[in-house]
Amino acid sequence: MIEWITSLLSFLPSGWVTVIIILIKIVVIVLPLMLAVAYLTYAERKIIGAMQVRLGPTRVGWNGSLQPIADALKLMFKEIIIPAKASKFLFLLAPLLLIGPALAAWAVIPFDAQMVLANVNAGLLYVLAITSIGVYGVIIAGWASNSKYALLGAMRSAAQIVSYEIAMGFALVGVLMAAGSLNFGDIVRGQEGYGFVSWYMWPLLPLFVIYFISGVAETNRAPFDMAEGESEIVAGFHVEYSGMPFAVFFLAEYANMILISALASVMFLGGWLSPLAGLLPDSVFEIPLLGPLLGSGIHWFFIKIAVFLFFFLWFRATFPRYRYDQIMRLGWKVFIPITIVWLLVLGIAILAGLPPWFSAA
Amino acid sequence: MKHFVQFMKSLFLLELLKGMNVTGRYFFKPKMTLRYPEERTPLSPRFRGLHALRRYPNGEERCIACKLCEAVCPALAITIESAEREDGTRRTTRYEIDLTKCIFCGYCEESCPVDSIVETHIFEYHGEERADLYMTKEKLLAVGDKYEVQIAQAREQDARYR
Amino acid sequence: MGIEKFIFYIFSVLLIASASMVITVRNPVKAALFLVLAFFASAVLWLLIKAEFLAIVLVLVYVGAVMVLFLFVVMMLDINIERMRAGFIRYLPLGILVALTMAGMLIWVVSGDGSAFNHSVLHGPSYSNTQALGLVLYTNYVYPFEIAAVILLVAIIAAITLTLRRRPNTKHQKPAEQIAVKRHDRVRMVKMKAEERK
Repeated sequence: MIEWITSLLSFLPSGWVTVIIILIKIVVIVLPLMLAVAYLTYAERKIIGAMQVRLGPTRVGWNGSLQPIADALKLMFKEIIIPAKASKFLFLLAPLLLIGPALAAWAVIPFDAQMVLANVNAGLLYVLAITSIGVYGVIIAGWASNSKYALLGAMRSAAQIVSYEIAMGFALVGVLMAAGSLNFGDIVRGQEGYGFVSWYMWPLLPLFVIYFISGVAETNRAPFDMAEGESEIVAGFHVEYSGMPFAVFFLAEYANMILISALASVMFLGGWLSPLAGLLPDSVFEIPLLGPLLGSGIHWFFIKIAVFLFFFLWFRATFPRYRYDQIMRLGWKVFIPITIVWLLVLGIAILAGLPPWFSAA
Repeated sequence: MKHFVQFMKSLFLLELLKGMNVTGRYFFKPKMTLRYPEERTPLSPRFRGLHALRRYPNGEERCIACKLCEAVCPALAITIESAEREDGTRRTTRYEIDLTKCIFCGYCEESCPVDSIVETHIFEYHGEERADLYMTKEKLLAVGDKYEVQIAQAREQDARYR
Repeated sequence: MGIEKFIFYIFSVLLIASASMVITVRNPVKAALFLVLAFFASAVLWLLIKAEFLAIVLVLVYVGAVMVLFLFVVMMLDINIERMRAGFIRYLPLGILVALTMAGMLIWVVSGDGSAFNHSVLHGPSYSNTQALGLVLYTNYVYPFEIAAVILLVAIIAAITLTLRRRPNTKHQKPAEQIAVKRHDRVRMVKMKAEERK
């Protein structure tokens, strides 16, 4: 495929060909991602509906399956209202600042042993840095709207994201201690061996739970959605937005959810690795059709992402919103101490070469 | 000890898992959504919808302009004017209900001594301008004429409990 | 490589432009945002000389955390621009002196024979400067590193103790204690015989 494109573009200088191939790869990642975002909203309405004993959308398309498309069309044709005295440039920049990082972080996520856009050595750090930029979207949106509710929402969200980034960072420190690498491919390969038993989820269980909960907080999802807090500050940072900028905020929120799920599955659940590989005899994986399905591959990665996304929606259907001070207390007084203690435990475990996870090291 | 148990409970998120267990179980329960235009809930005979003025079987309108409904109406939605007819009976010259004021309490129906003003089972009416929701005597009588069978049936079913 | 130079010039221009906007723009929030942009552009320049660890840490620490808190404070404050400008003429000579000194030092360093600073060495793609930095920090410079860490810890604790206010008289709820309450803590069931009426 890549060779074919290269031969097609052979009249261009080689530097430009590389750029074009990278652009094509980006499109190949981003388009399905956007589609997944659209259908995540559908899944959310269906799943939360089911948990509340109702059906969710049923009208547009078979069982409501075209609902996200209809929603997108509606939002596209709505007027973009810019409040008076708002800072127009920043007002329109904010949604882009939120969705940009959510998409950029996908550059280093490995979908498969070979499928990764940029095999960066410092992949983990890159993701941390890129996701930390997302908070600017929220802050700028809140400030540029020239509205007190938006500003309050932005303040809450900034404080929350900054606090939870620390717990999240510590959880990731655990992963890189266990893997001994910042490269996502190496992190996944470090979890090879005895199927699901050798996933980092088990030795890093507290960090895994904390990472995922911080991820929920980081994406401003329920029960940590006080940046929106529709019952207290109407809709928080995006009160003043309408039409497509508003839609972009939601795209970013859902893209971030998928990103957090993908990261969690790469770092704690062994990414593309099959939970059975290494447990079943090798002959099982040579059965036609069934063998590749049970063996490691990109489908396991997607299944793991879907499981995490289901948990996101499940949380939203179950828990009431945290109060602001409770969120701060949870982040600073519960998560950070637990992660620090567990890093100590983990260090001892790695030194002792605790099998089956650290025996090779 | 009590504090320790409480601490462990909150550390291992037991209460939260309980909550997720509940929502998780409801996820598989049969759904109670009604797909409205195709599926409908049964209506009680006492359902209070759009108003109607009834007639006797011989075609004579029931209303005798006693104005009890006008007096009892808590929303002041009913306006009645009356005059003597050639045959010496008292009849309304004007009987109007402003549906934008009406709260569908059903007092008019309760107060009516001759079962003239009633509330039907129609709830899917609409108006494209305010005047459409201002029910004049002609409109009310027309509703009554059209749905007389249904109205009579509903009264019949409910008669036992009155 | 044409593209690398292209990227370098774009981001250098962006860096200089945004840095000068930081000190010229009126609105403090916008100034802070331009500072963010300046950090970001310099991170890209660092990436170009393959110092990916420094670039990422710059974004992570300065853009992701420090500037967020900065913005947080600046947005809350109502800065009076008139009062800020009041001493402009008075402090102008001092400002010019500082600026000239800085500029002079920069020119002296850059225009020297090149011995004042080493040119950065470009390594191959498999070279990880994260690992290299870690190795140096935890071997040759382990004591300075630890001392810096302790100083930071002291600063954190000092900041917390300075702002900590104990207010024992407030009547705020403690949800943890509320949900810990059991029935027998609050209600005592008493069994007693019915008494005859006198």
